[in-house]
Amino acid sequence: MNEKIQSLQERAKAIRRHIVTMLGEAGSGHPGGSLSAADMISVLYFDTMKLDPEKPDWAGRDRFVLSKGHAAPVLYAALAEKGYFPVEELKTLRKLGSRLQGHPDMKKLPGVEMSTGSLGQGFSTAIGMALGLRLDGGNQRVYALLGDGEVQEGQIWEAAMAAGHFKLDNLTAFLDYNNLQIDGPVDVVMNVAPLPEKWRAFNWHVIEIDGHDIKQILQALAEAQATKGKPTMIIAKTVKGKGVSFMENQVGWHGNAPKPEQVEQALAELA
Amino acid sequence: MTKKIATREAYGQELVRLGADNKNVVVLDADLSKSTKTHDFMKTYPDRFFNMGIAEGNLMSTAAGLATVGKIPFASTFAMFATGRAFEQIRNSICYPKLNVKIAATHAGVTVGEDGGSHQSIEDIAIMRALPGMTVFVPADAVETAACLRAAVEIQGPVYIRLGRSGVPTIHGEDFKFTPGEAVTLRQGSDVALVATGIMVSAALEAAEALATVGIQAKVVDVHTIKPLDIFAIVEAARECGAVVTAEEHSIIGGLGSAVAETLAEHHAVPLQRVGVRDTFGESGKPAELLEHFGLTSAGIVEAAKKVIAKKK
Repeated sequence: MNEKIQSLQERAKAIRRHIVTMLGEAGSGHPGGSLSAADMISVLYFDTMKLDPEKPDWAGRDRFVLSKGHAAPVLYAALAEKGYFPVEELKTLRKLGSRLQGHPDMKKLPGVEMSTGSLGQGFSTAIGMALGLRLDGGNQRVYALLGDGEVQEGQIWEAAMAAGHFKLDNLTAFLDYNNLQIDGPVDVVMNVAPLPEKWRAFNWHVIEIDGHDIKQILQALAEAQATKGKPTMIIAKTVKGKGVSFMENQVGWHGNAPKPEQVEQALAELA
Repeated sequence: MTKKIATREAYGQELVRLGADNKNVVVLDADLSKSTKTHDFMKTYPDRFFNMGIAEGNLMSTAAGLATVGKIPFASTFAMFATGRAFEQIRNSICYPKLNVKIAATHAGVTVGEDGGSHQSIEDIAIMRALPGMTVFVPADAVETAACLRAAVEIQGPVYIRLGRSGVPTIHGEDFKFTPGEAVTLRQGSDVALVATGIMVSAALEAAEALATVGIQAKVVDVHTIKPLDIFAIVEAARECGAVVTAEEHSIIGGLGSAVAETLAEHHAVPLQRVGVRDTFGESGKPAELLEHFGLTSAGIVEAAKKVIAKKK
Protein backbone atom coordinates (compact mmCIF):
# COMPACT_ATOMS: atom_id res chain seq x y z
CA MET A 1 0.00 0.00 0.00
CA ASN A 2 2.71 2.45 0.97
CA GLU A 3 4.58 1.74 -2.24
CA LYS A 4 1.45 2.38 -4.27
CA ILE A 5 0.80 5.63 -2.44
CA GLN A 6 4.37 6.76 -2.98
CA SER A 7 4.21 5.96 -6.67
CA LEU A 8 0.93 7.87 -7.06
CA GLN A 9 2.44 10.83 -5.19
CA GLU A 10 5.39 10.79 -7.58
CA ARG A 11 2.99 10.66 -10.52
CA ALA A 12 1.05 13.62 -9.11
CA LYS A 13 4.30 15.53 -8.80
CA ALA A 14 5.18 14.76 -12.42
CA ILE A 15 1.72 15.94 -13.45
CA ARG A 16 2.27 19.18 -11.52
CA ARG A 17 5.62 19.71 -13.24
CA HIS A 18 3.96 19.27 -16.63
CA ILE A 19 1.20 21.72 -15.66
CA VAL A 20 3.67 24.44 -14.70
CA THR A 21 5.89 23.84 -17.74
CA MET A 22 3.10 23.79 -20.32
CA LEU A 23 1.40 26.87 -18.88
CA GLY A 24 4.73 28.69 -18.91
CA GLU A 25 5.10 27.78 -22.59
CA ALA A 26 1.51 28.72 -23.39
CA GLY A 27 1.67 32.10 -21.66
CA SER A 28 -1.96 31.81 -20.57
CA GLY A 29 -4.25 29.28 -18.88
CA HIS A 30 -5.36 28.07 -15.48
CA PRO A 31 -2.71 26.78 -13.06
CA GLY A 32 -4.53 27.08 -9.70
CA GLY A 33 -7.39 24.68 -10.32
CA SER A 34 -5.17 22.33 -12.33
CA LEU A 35 -2.72 21.96 -9.43
CA SER A 36 -5.49 21.49 -6.87
CA ALA A 37 -6.83 18.50 -8.82
CA ALA A 38 -3.51 16.77 -9.55
CA ASP A 39 -3.68 14.17 -6.77
CA MET A 40 -7.22 13.05 -7.64
CA ILE A 41 -6.31 12.85 -11.32
CA SER A 42 -3.17 10.88 -10.51
CA VAL A 43 -5.18 8.26 -8.60
CA LEU A 44 -7.89 8.04 -11.27
CA TYR A 45 -5.50 7.66 -14.21
CA PHE A 46 -2.80 5.55 -12.56
CA ASP A 47 -4.81 3.33 -10.26
CA THR A 48 -8.60 3.34 -10.48
CA MET A 49 -9.68 3.64 -14.09
CA LYS A 50 -9.60 0.80 -16.61
CA LEU A 51 -7.98 2.36 -19.68
CA ASP A 52 -5.88 1.38 -22.66
CA PRO A 53 -3.90 4.27 -24.16
CA GLU A 54 -3.13 2.03 -27.15
CA LYS A 55 -6.87 1.74 -27.78
CA PRO A 56 -8.39 5.03 -26.64
CA ASP A 57 -11.78 4.03 -28.09
CA TRP A 58 -11.92 0.62 -26.36
CA ALA A 59 -15.60 0.20 -25.46
CA GLY A 60 -14.85 -1.43 -22.11
CA ARG A 61 -12.93 1.54 -20.74
CA ASP A 62 -14.00 3.69 -17.81
CA ARG A 63 -14.85 7.30 -18.66
CA PHE A 64 -13.60 10.52 -17.13
CA VAL A 65 -15.21 13.90 -17.76
CA LEU A 66 -13.38 17.05 -16.72
CA SER A 67 -16.45 19.15 -16.07
CA LYS A 68 -14.26 22.03 -14.85
CA GLY A 69 -12.75 22.12 -18.33
CA HIS A 70 -10.47 25.09 -17.64
CA ALA A 71 -8.28 22.67 -15.67
CA ALA A 72 -7.35 21.13 -19.03
CA PRO A 73 -3.61 21.14 -18.21
CA VAL A 74 -4.07 18.55 -15.43
CA LEU A 75 -5.93 16.27 -17.84
CA TYR A 76 -3.41 16.76 -20.65
CA ALA A 77 -0.54 16.05 -18.24
CA ALA A 78 -2.16 12.81 -17.09
CA LEU A 79 -2.94 11.70 -20.66
CA ALA A 80 0.63 12.38 -21.78
CA GLU A 81 2.06 10.56 -18.73
CA LYS A 82 -0.28 7.67 -19.47
CA GLY A 83 0.99 7.46 -23.03
CA TYR A 84 -1.90 8.80 -25.11
CA PHE A 85 0.44 11.19 -26.88
CA PRO A 86 4.08 12.31 -26.52
CA VAL A 87 4.91 14.45 -23.49
CA GLU A 88 6.65 16.82 -25.92
CA GLU A 89 3.25 17.76 -27.36
CA LEU A 90 2.27 19.41 -24.06
CA LYS A 91 4.30 22.39 -25.25
CA THR A 92 1.74 23.07 -27.98
CA LEU A 93 -0.97 23.92 -25.42
CA ARG A 94 -3.23 26.78 -26.59
CA LYS A 95 -1.26 27.32 -29.81
CA LEU A 96 -2.85 27.53 -33.26
CA GLY A 97 -3.30 24.09 -34.78
CA SER A 98 -2.66 22.24 -31.49
CA ARG A 99 -4.66 19.23 -30.37
CA LEU A 100 -4.38 20.70 -26.88
CA GLN A 101 -7.07 23.35 -27.00
CA GLY A 102 -7.54 25.89 -24.21
CA HIS A 103 -10.42 23.72 -23.04
CA PRO A 104 -10.57 19.96 -23.80
CA ASP A 105 -11.76 19.01 -27.29
CA MET A 106 -12.72 15.34 -27.68
CA LYS A 107 -12.61 15.62 -31.47
CA LYS A 108 -8.97 16.60 -31.45
CA LEU A 109 -7.20 14.72 -28.67
CA PRO A 110 -7.40 10.96 -28.00
CA GLY A 111 -8.28 10.15 -24.40
CA VAL A 112 -10.51 13.20 -23.97
CA GLU A 113 -14.00 11.76 -23.42
CA MET A 114 -15.96 15.00 -23.70
CA SER A 115 -15.42 18.53 -24.91
CA THR A 116 -15.91 20.69 -21.85
CA GLY A 117 -15.30 24.21 -20.69
CA SER A 118 -18.77 25.69 -20.45
CA LEU A 119 -19.33 25.02 -16.76
CA GLY A 120 -22.05 22.64 -15.68
CA GLN A 121 -22.40 20.82 -18.98
CA GLY A 122 -19.71 18.17 -18.60
CA PHE A 123 -21.36 16.82 -15.46
CA SER A 124 -24.62 16.25 -17.35
CA THR A 125 -22.79 14.47 -20.16
CA ALA A 126 -21.27 12.12 -17.56
CA ILE A 127 -24.82 11.24 -16.54
CA GLY A 128 -25.66 10.44 -20.16
CA MET A 129 -22.60 8.18 -20.36
CA ALA A 130 -23.56 6.42 -17.12
CA LEU A 131 -27.15 5.90 -18.32
CA GLY A 132 -26.02 4.56 -21.69
CA LEU A 133 -23.38 2.21 -20.29
CA ARG A 134 -25.82 0.84 -17.73
CA LEU A 135 -28.44 0.33 -20.45
CA ASP A 136 -25.98 -1.92 -22.27
CA GLY A 137 -25.31 -3.88 -19.09
CA GLY A 138 -21.66 -2.86 -19.00
CA ASN A 139 -19.58 -2.60 -15.83
CA GLN A 140 -17.67 0.48 -16.95
CA ARG A 141 -17.66 3.32 -14.46
CA VAL A 142 -17.95 7.04 -15.14
CA TYR A 143 -15.98 9.67 -13.25
CA ALA A 144 -16.37 13.44 -13.28
CA LEU A 145 -14.46 16.30 -11.71
CA LEU A 146 -16.38 19.42 -10.73
CA GLY A 147 -15.14 22.78 -9.53
CA ASP A 148 -16.56 24.38 -6.42
CA GLY A 149 -17.35 27.58 -8.30
CA GLU A 150 -18.90 25.42 -11.01
CA VAL A 151 -21.63 24.19 -8.67
CA GLN A 152 -23.08 27.71 -8.78
CA GLU A 153 -24.40 26.74 -12.22
CA GLY A 154 -28.07 25.75 -12.12
CA GLN A 155 -27.43 22.89 -14.51
CA ILE A 156 -25.29 21.15 -11.85
CA TRP A 157 -28.36 20.77 -9.68
CA GLU A 158 -30.54 19.61 -12.55
CA ALA A 159 -27.90 16.97 -13.16
CA ALA A 160 -27.51 16.16 -9.46
CA MET A 161 -31.26 15.57 -9.24
CA ALA A 162 -31.24 13.33 -12.31
CA ALA A 163 -28.29 11.20 -11.18
CA GLY A 164 -29.92 10.63 -7.80
CA HIS A 165 -33.27 9.93 -9.45
CA PHE A 166 -31.77 7.37 -11.82
CA LYS A 167 -29.74 5.79 -8.96
CA LEU A 168 -26.56 5.94 -11.03
CA ASP A 169 -24.20 3.94 -8.84
CA ASN A 170 -21.79 3.64 -11.78
CA LEU A 171 -21.16 7.40 -11.51
CA THR A 172 -18.63 8.96 -9.13
CA ALA A 173 -17.84 12.65 -9.00
CA PHE A 174 -15.13 14.65 -7.28
CA LEU A 175 -15.81 18.19 -6.12
CA ASP A 176 -12.52 20.10 -6.05
CA TYR A 177 -13.28 22.28 -3.03
CA ASN A 178 -10.42 24.79 -3.05
CA ASN A 179 -12.75 27.66 -2.10
CA LEU A 180 -11.39 30.10 -4.67
CA GLN A 181 -12.91 31.33 -7.92
CA ILE A 182 -11.97 34.15 -10.29
CA ASP A 183 -13.52 36.99 -8.32
CA GLY A 184 -12.46 35.73 -4.88
CA PRO A 185 -13.32 33.19 -2.18
CA VAL A 186 -16.28 31.02 -3.18
CA ASP A 187 -18.10 31.76 0.07
CA VAL A 188 -17.82 35.49 -0.65
CA VAL A 189 -18.70 35.44 -4.37
CA MET A 190 -21.65 33.07 -3.96
CA ASN A 191 -21.66 30.74 -1.01
CA VAL A 192 -22.13 27.12 -2.01
CA ALA A 193 -22.02 25.69 1.53
CA PRO A 194 -23.18 23.46 3.04
CA LEU A 195 -22.12 21.09 0.25
CA PRO A 196 -22.39 17.64 1.88
CA GLU A 197 -25.97 18.34 2.97
CA LYS A 198 -26.89 19.57 -0.50
CA TRP A 199 -25.61 16.46 -2.25
CA ARG A 200 -27.20 14.15 0.32
CA ALA A 201 -30.49 15.96 -0.21
CA PHE A 202 -30.17 15.17 -3.93
CA ASN A 203 -29.86 11.44 -3.07
CA TRP A 204 -26.11 11.08 -3.44
CA HIS A 205 -23.75 9.10 -1.24
CA VAL A 206 -21.31 11.70 0.08
CA ILE A 207 -17.70 11.21 1.20
CA GLU A 208 -15.57 14.05 2.54
CA ILE A 209 -11.80 13.82 2.19
CA ASP A 210 -8.56 15.74 2.01
CA GLY A 211 -8.09 15.95 -1.75
CA HIS A 212 -4.31 15.83 -1.47
CA ASP A 213 -4.18 12.67 0.66
CA ILE A 214 -3.65 9.79 -1.79
CA LYS A 215 -4.73 7.19 0.76
CA GLN A 216 -8.01 9.00 1.41
CA ILE A 217 -8.62 9.37 -2.34
CA LEU A 218 -8.05 5.63 -2.86
CA GLN A 219 -10.33 4.72 0.03
CA ALA A 220 -13.08 7.07 -1.15
CA LEU A 221 -12.98 5.59 -4.66
CA ALA A 222 -13.20 2.06 -3.22
CA GLU A 223 -16.16 3.12 -1.10
CA ALA A 224 -17.82 4.66 -4.18
CA GLN A 225 -17.41 1.40 -6.12
CA ALA A 226 -18.98 -0.53 -3.25
CA THR A 227 -21.94 1.85 -2.96
CA LYS A 228 -25.11 0.50 -4.58
CA GLY A 229 -28.23 2.38 -5.63
CA LYS A 230 -26.71 5.86 -5.41
CA PRO A 231 -24.12 7.96 -7.21
CA THR A 232 -21.20 9.04 -5.04
CA MET A 233 -19.92 12.57 -4.54
CA ILE A 234 -16.43 12.87 -3.11
CA ILE A 235 -16.08 16.35 -1.66
CA ALA A 236 -12.35 16.93 -1.65
CA LYS A 237 -10.94 19.81 0.38
CA THR A 238 -8.04 21.10 -1.64
CA VAL A 239 -5.59 23.97 -1.87
CA LYS A 240 -5.71 26.00 -5.06
CA GLY A 241 -2.24 26.07 -6.61
CA LYS A 242 -1.15 23.10 -4.44
CA GLY A 243 2.55 22.28 -4.64
CA VAL A 244 3.81 25.68 -5.77
CA SER A 245 4.35 27.86 -2.70
CA PHE A 246 3.68 31.22 -4.31
CA MET A 247 0.52 29.97 -6.00
CA GLU A 248 -1.08 28.23 -3.03
CA ASN A 249 -4.35 29.82 -1.92
CA GLN A 250 -3.72 32.82 -4.19
CA VAL A 251 -6.79 33.73 -6.22
CA GLY A 252 -4.61 35.56 -8.75
CA TRP A 253 -3.32 32.19 -9.97
CA HIS A 254 -6.73 31.05 -11.15
CA GLY A 255 -6.17 32.14 -14.70
CA ASN A 256 -2.62 33.48 -15.07
CA ALA A 257 0.38 31.66 -16.47
CA PRO A 258 3.75 31.72 -14.70
CA LYS A 259 6.65 33.71 -16.19
CA PRO A 260 9.92 31.86 -17.03
CA GLU A 261 11.59 32.61 -13.67
CA GLN A 262 8.40 31.55 -11.86
CA VAL A 263 8.34 28.31 -13.84
CA GLU A 264 11.92 27.71 -12.75
CA GLN A 265 11.11 28.31 -9.09
CA ALA A 266 7.99 26.13 -9.27
CA LEU A 267 9.91 23.27 -10.90
CA ALA A 268 12.58 23.52 -8.21
CA GLU A 269 9.88 23.14 -5.55
CA LEU A 270 8.37 20.20 -7.42
CA ALA A 271 11.66 18.41 -8.00
CA MET B 1 -58.30 17.22 -48.92
CA THR B 2 -57.12 14.28 -46.87
CA LYS B 3 -57.28 14.14 -43.08
CA LYS B 4 -54.98 16.60 -41.37
CA ILE B 5 -52.17 15.16 -39.26
CA ALA B 6 -49.84 17.16 -37.02
CA THR B 7 -46.17 16.55 -37.70
CA ARG B 8 -45.69 15.80 -33.98
CA GLU B 9 -48.20 12.94 -34.35
CA ALA B 10 -46.22 11.56 -37.26
CA TYR B 11 -43.07 11.91 -35.16
CA GLY B 12 -44.52 9.88 -32.30
CA GLN B 13 -45.55 7.08 -34.65
CA GLU B 14 -42.31 6.96 -36.63
CA LEU B 15 -40.25 7.05 -33.43
CA VAL B 16 -41.70 3.71 -32.33
CA ARG B 17 -40.76 2.19 -35.70
CA LEU B 18 -37.24 3.62 -35.45
CA GLY B 19 -37.00 2.14 -31.97
CA ALA B 20 -37.91 -1.29 -33.36
CA ASP B 21 -35.39 -1.04 -36.20
CA ASN B 22 -32.48 0.28 -34.17
CA LYS B 23 -31.80 -0.74 -30.57
CA ASN B 24 -29.52 2.27 -30.11
CA VAL B 25 -32.37 4.75 -30.50
CA VAL B 26 -33.16 6.29 -27.10
CA VAL B 27 -35.52 9.14 -26.28
CA LEU B 28 -35.31 11.96 -23.76
CA ASP B 29 -38.18 14.22 -22.86
CA ALA B 30 -38.77 17.07 -20.41
CA ASP B 31 -42.15 16.24 -18.86
CA LEU B 32 -43.96 16.81 -22.16
CA SER B 33 -44.17 13.29 -23.57
CA LYS B 34 -47.92 13.47 -24.07
CA SER B 35 -47.55 16.69 -26.04
CA THR B 36 -44.38 15.86 -27.97
CA LYS B 37 -45.89 12.39 -28.65
CA THR B 38 -42.87 10.51 -27.36
CA HIS B 39 -45.16 8.67 -24.93
CA ASP B 40 -45.81 5.86 -27.42
CA PHE B 41 -42.08 5.18 -27.51
CA MET B 42 -42.01 5.36 -23.71
CA LYS B 43 -44.75 2.74 -23.45
CA THR B 44 -43.12 0.47 -26.04
CA TYR B 45 -39.50 0.82 -24.93
CA PRO B 46 -39.55 2.05 -21.32
CA ASP B 47 -35.88 1.16 -20.74
CA ARG B 48 -34.82 3.41 -23.60
CA PHE B 49 -36.90 6.38 -22.54
CA PHE B 50 -35.60 8.95 -20.08
CA ASN B 51 -37.92 11.54 -18.62
CA MET B 52 -35.47 14.21 -17.53
CA GLY B 53 -38.08 16.36 -15.80
CA ILE B 54 -38.42 20.06 -16.49
CA ALA B 55 -34.69 20.60 -16.99
CA GLU B 56 -33.91 21.17 -20.65
CA GLY B 57 -30.26 22.15 -20.25
CA ASN B 58 -29.47 18.92 -18.45
CA LEU B 59 -31.57 17.03 -21.00
CA MET B 60 -29.47 18.22 -23.95
CA SER B 61 -26.12 17.55 -22.28
CA THR B 62 -27.29 14.14 -21.06
CA ALA B 63 -28.29 13.33 -24.65
CA ALA B 64 -24.74 14.28 -25.69
CA GLY B 65 -23.31 11.88 -23.12
CA LEU B 66 -25.56 9.09 -24.37
CA ALA B 67 -24.32 9.73 -27.90
CA THR B 68 -20.69 9.27 -26.81
CA VAL B 69 -21.45 5.66 -25.80
CA GLY B 70 -23.08 4.80 -29.12
CA LYS B 71 -26.70 5.71 -28.52
CA ILE B 72 -28.79 7.70 -31.00
CA PRO B 73 -30.68 10.03 -28.70
CA PHE B 74 -33.84 11.83 -29.77
CA ALA B 75 -34.17 14.84 -27.47
CA SER B 76 -37.69 16.23 -27.38
CA THR B 77 -39.42 19.19 -25.86
CA PHE B 78 -41.12 22.31 -27.20
CA ALA B 79 -39.06 24.22 -29.77
CA MET B 80 -39.08 27.28 -27.51
CA PHE B 81 -37.27 25.49 -24.67
CA ALA B 82 -35.12 23.20 -26.81
CA THR B 83 -33.54 25.98 -28.84
CA GLY B 84 -34.07 28.88 -26.45
CA ARG B 85 -33.41 27.69 -22.93
CA ALA B 86 -30.98 24.97 -23.95
CA PHE B 87 -29.24 26.77 -26.82
CA GLU B 88 -25.83 26.74 -25.26
CA GLN B 89 -26.06 23.07 -24.34
CA ILE B 90 -26.96 22.33 -27.96
CA ARG B 91 -23.99 24.41 -29.06
CA ASN B 92 -21.32 23.26 -26.64
CA SER B 93 -22.40 19.76 -25.56
CA ILE B 94 -23.80 18.60 -28.92
CA CYS B 95 -22.62 20.61 -31.93
CA TYR B 96 -19.10 21.56 -30.86
CA PRO B 97 -18.15 17.88 -30.38
CA LYS B 98 -20.31 16.91 -33.43
CA LEU B 99 -22.30 14.38 -31.40
CA ASN B 100 -25.01 12.21 -32.86
CA VAL B 101 -28.01 13.80 -31.16
CA LYS B 102 -31.36 14.37 -32.88
CA ILE B 103 -33.30 17.30 -31.46
CA ALA B 104 -36.94 16.75 -32.33
CA ALA B 105 -38.68 19.90 -31.18
CA THR B 106 -42.44 20.20 -31.31
CA HIS B 107 -44.86 23.12 -30.93
CA ALA B 108 -42.81 25.34 -33.21
CA GLY B 109 -44.32 28.50 -34.65
CA VAL B 110 -47.55 30.35 -33.97
CA THR B 111 -49.77 27.29 -34.42
CA VAL B 112 -49.05 26.50 -30.78
CA GLY B 113 -52.14 28.67 -30.52
CA GLU B 114 -53.82 29.56 -27.25
CA ASP B 115 -50.72 29.19 -25.04
CA GLY B 116 -49.56 32.45 -26.54
CA GLY B 117 -46.37 34.26 -27.45
CA SER B 118 -44.25 32.89 -24.58
CA HIS B 119 -44.56 29.43 -26.12
CA GLN B 120 -44.52 30.29 -29.82
CA SER B 121 -41.02 29.71 -31.13
CA ILE B 122 -40.44 31.88 -34.18
CA GLU B 123 -36.65 32.12 -33.92
CA ASP B 124 -35.60 28.48 -33.73
CA ILE B 125 -34.68 28.01 -37.41
CA ALA B 126 -32.46 31.09 -37.24
CA ILE B 127 -30.73 29.89 -34.10
CA MET B 128 -30.23 26.30 -35.23
CA ARG B 129 -28.99 27.09 -38.70
CA ALA B 130 -26.29 29.34 -37.27
CA LEU B 131 -24.66 26.32 -35.63
CA PRO B 132 -21.75 24.74 -37.54
CA GLY B 133 -22.49 21.16 -38.58
CA MET B 134 -26.17 21.23 -37.66
CA THR B 135 -28.64 19.75 -40.13
CA VAL B 136 -32.02 21.52 -39.98
CA PHE B 137 -35.17 19.76 -41.18
CA VAL B 138 -38.59 21.41 -41.33
CA PRO B 139 -41.04 18.80 -42.62
CA ALA B 140 -44.23 19.89 -44.36
CA ASP B 141 -46.48 16.95 -43.58
CA ALA B 142 -46.66 13.52 -41.96
CA VAL B 143 -44.96 11.73 -44.85
CA GLU B 144 -42.06 14.17 -44.92
CA THR B 145 -41.75 13.98 -41.14
CA ALA B 146 -41.25 10.22 -41.22
CA ALA B 147 -38.71 10.63 -44.04
CA CYS B 148 -36.79 13.33 -42.13
CA LEU B 149 -36.64 11.11 -39.06
CA ARG B 150 -35.35 8.10 -40.98
CA ALA B 151 -32.74 10.32 -42.61
CA ALA B 152 -31.80 11.79 -39.24
CA VAL B 153 -30.89 8.34 -37.94
CA GLU B 154 -28.62 7.80 -40.95
CA ILE B 155 -26.85 11.15 -40.58
CA GLN B 156 -23.81 10.99 -38.30
CA GLY B 157 -24.04 14.20 -36.30
CA PRO B 158 -26.49 16.67 -34.85
CA VAL B 159 -29.88 17.17 -36.49
CA TYR B 160 -32.68 19.58 -35.62
CA ILE B 161 -36.19 18.54 -36.65
CA ARG B 162 -38.85 21.23 -36.37
CA LEU B 163 -42.34 19.89 -35.69
CA GLY B 164 -45.75 21.45 -35.22
CA ARG B 165 -48.67 21.08 -32.86
CA SER B 166 -51.57 21.51 -35.28
CA GLY B 167 -52.86 19.28 -38.05
CA VAL B 168 -51.58 19.87 -41.59
CA PRO B 169 -52.77 18.39 -44.89
CA THR B 170 -50.77 15.50 -46.29
CA ILE B 171 -49.22 16.70 -49.54
CA HIS B 172 -46.83 13.86 -50.37
CA GLY B 173 -47.85 10.40 -51.57
CA GLU B 174 -46.50 7.17 -50.17
CA ASP B 175 -44.05 7.02 -53.10
CA PHE B 176 -42.43 10.30 -51.95
CA LYS B 177 -38.67 10.24 -52.38
CA PHE B 178 -36.74 12.20 -49.81
CA THR B 179 -33.12 13.19 -50.08
CA PRO B 180 -31.69 15.37 -47.29
CA GLY B 181 -30.58 18.72 -48.66
CA GLU B 182 -32.55 18.40 -51.92
CA ALA B 183 -35.55 20.67 -52.24
CA VAL B 184 -38.64 19.22 -53.89
CA THR B 185 -40.36 20.97 -56.81
CA LEU B 186 -44.07 20.34 -56.30
CA ARG B 187 -45.35 22.45 -59.18
CA GLN B 188 -43.76 23.96 -62.26
CA GLY B 189 -44.24 27.60 -63.20
CA SER B 190 -42.28 30.47 -64.68
CA ASP B 191 -43.82 33.70 -63.38
CA VAL B 192 -42.87 33.46 -59.70
CA ALA B 193 -41.23 30.89 -57.44
CA LEU B 194 -42.94 30.13 -54.14
CA VAL B 195 -40.26 28.72 -51.87
CA ALA B 196 -41.82 27.37 -48.70
CA THR B 197 -41.03 25.25 -45.68
CA GLY B 198 -43.02 23.39 -43.04
CA ILE B 199 -46.73 24.03 -42.81
CA MET B 200 -46.44 26.87 -45.36
CA VAL B 201 -45.80 24.38 -48.17
CA SER B 202 -49.46 23.42 -48.41
CA ALA B 203 -50.39 27.12 -48.25
CA ALA B 204 -47.98 27.74 -51.14
CA LEU B 205 -49.66 25.02 -53.20
CA GLU B 206 -53.05 26.63 -52.55
CA ALA B 207 -51.60 30.02 -53.46
CA ALA B 208 -50.30 28.60 -56.75
CA GLU B 209 -53.80 27.32 -57.56
CA ALA B 210 -55.25 30.75 -56.83
CA LEU B 211 -52.58 32.51 -58.89
CA ALA B 212 -53.25 30.17 -61.82
CA THR B 213 -56.85 31.38 -61.93
CA VAL B 214 -55.56 34.87 -62.68
CA GLY B 215 -53.02 33.63 -65.23
CA ILE B 216 -49.95 33.61 -63.04
CA GLN B 217 -47.92 30.42 -63.22
CA ALA B 218 -46.14 29.80 -59.95
CA LYS B 219 -43.41 27.26 -59.31
CA VAL B 220 -43.65 25.71 -55.83
CA VAL B 221 -40.51 24.52 -54.08
CA ASP B 222 -40.67 22.60 -50.80
CA VAL B 223 -37.53 23.27 -48.77
CA HIS B 224 -37.63 20.54 -46.12
CA THR B 225 -33.93 20.97 -45.42
CA ILE B 226 -33.03 24.49 -44.35
CA LYS B 227 -29.43 23.44 -43.74
CA PRO B 228 -27.64 22.43 -45.82
CA LEU B 229 -29.77 24.59 -48.11
CA ASP B 230 -30.33 23.43 -51.69
CA ILE B 231 -28.65 26.45 -53.24
CA PHE B 232 -28.89 24.92 -56.71
CA ALA B 233 -32.68 24.60 -56.50
CA ILE B 234 -33.07 28.15 -55.15
CA VAL B 235 -30.91 29.67 -57.88
CA GLU B 236 -32.63 27.57 -60.56
CA ALA B 237 -36.04 28.77 -59.36
CA ALA B 238 -34.81 32.38 -59.41
CA ARG B 239 -33.46 31.99 -62.96
CA GLU B 240 -36.64 30.38 -64.23
CA CYS B 241 -39.08 32.79 -62.59
CA GLY B 242 -37.15 36.01 -62.03
CA ALA B 243 -38.96 36.58 -58.72
CA VAL B 244 -39.14 34.66 -55.46
CA VAL B 245 -41.51 34.52 -52.50
CA THR B 246 -40.46 32.70 -49.37
CA ALA B 247 -43.01 31.42 -46.86
CA GLU B 248 -42.39 30.13 -43.36
CA GLU B 249 -44.12 29.95 -39.98
CA HIS B 250 -41.15 31.74 -38.44
CA SER B 251 -39.69 35.20 -38.15
CA ILE B 252 -38.60 36.70 -41.45
CA ILE B 253 -35.33 37.35 -39.64
CA GLY B 254 -32.89 34.47 -39.83
CA GLY B 255 -35.06 31.70 -41.18
CA LEU B 256 -35.83 30.42 -44.68
CA GLY B 257 -36.41 33.95 -45.99
CA SER B 258 -33.00 35.06 -44.81
CA ALA B 259 -31.30 31.92 -46.09
CA VAL B 260 -32.85 32.42 -49.53
CA ALA B 261 -32.01 36.15 -49.50
CA GLU B 262 -28.37 35.32 -48.74
CA THR B 263 -28.30 32.80 -51.55
CA LEU B 264 -29.93 35.09 -54.11
CA ALA B 265 -27.75 38.06 -53.15
CA GLU B 266 -24.60 36.00 -53.67
CA HIS B 267 -25.59 33.96 -56.71
CA HIS B 268 -28.53 35.37 -58.64
CA ALA B 269 -30.23 38.50 -57.35
CA VAL B 270 -33.93 38.76 -58.21
CA PRO B 271 -36.80 40.54 -56.45
CA LEU B 272 -37.74 38.74 -53.22
CA GLN B 273 -40.69 38.98 -50.89
CA ARG B 274 -40.66 37.20 -47.54
CA VAL B 275 -43.83 35.85 -45.93
CA GLY B 276 -43.34 35.21 -42.22
CA VAL B 277 -43.74 36.78 -38.82
CA ARG B 278 -42.53 40.36 -39.23
CA ASP B 279 -40.28 41.03 -36.21
CA THR B 280 -42.95 40.67 -33.57
CA PHE B 281 -43.95 38.12 -30.93
CA GLY B 282 -46.96 35.84 -31.20
CA GLU B 283 -50.07 35.93 -29.04
CA SER B 284 -52.97 33.78 -27.91
CA GLY B 285 -55.60 32.63 -30.36
CA LYS B 286 -56.73 29.64 -32.35
CA PRO B 287 -54.01 28.37 -34.70
CA ALA B 288 -56.02 29.25 -37.83
CA GLU B 289 -56.80 32.72 -36.44
CA LEU B 290 -53.14 33.33 -35.73
CA LEU B 291 -52.05 32.23 -39.20
CA GLU B 292 -54.61 34.66 -40.60
CA HIS B 293 -53.51 37.40 -38.20
CA PHE B 294 -49.87 37.11 -39.25
CA GLY B 295 -50.64 36.68 -42.93
CA LEU B 296 -49.28 33.13 -42.99
CA THR B 297 -51.93 31.99 -45.46
CA SER B 298 -52.34 31.25 -49.14
CA ALA B 299 -53.86 34.73 -49.47
CA GLY B 300 -50.75 36.21 -47.87
CA ILE B 301 -48.56 34.35 -50.33
CA VAL B 302 -50.73 35.43 -53.30
CA GLU B 303 -50.41 39.05 -52.23
CA ALA B 304 -46.64 38.71 -51.86
CA ALA B 305 -46.42 37.03 -55.27
CA LYS B 306 -48.26 39.88 -56.96
CA LYS B 307 -46.05 42.42 -55.18
CA VAL B 308 -42.82 40.71 -56.21
CA ILE B 309 -43.93 40.16 -59.81
CA ALA B 310 -44.52 43.92 -60.07
CA LYS B 311 -40.88 44.44 -59.13
CA LYS B 312 -39.59 42.29 -61.98
CA LYS B 313 -37.69 44.22 -64.64
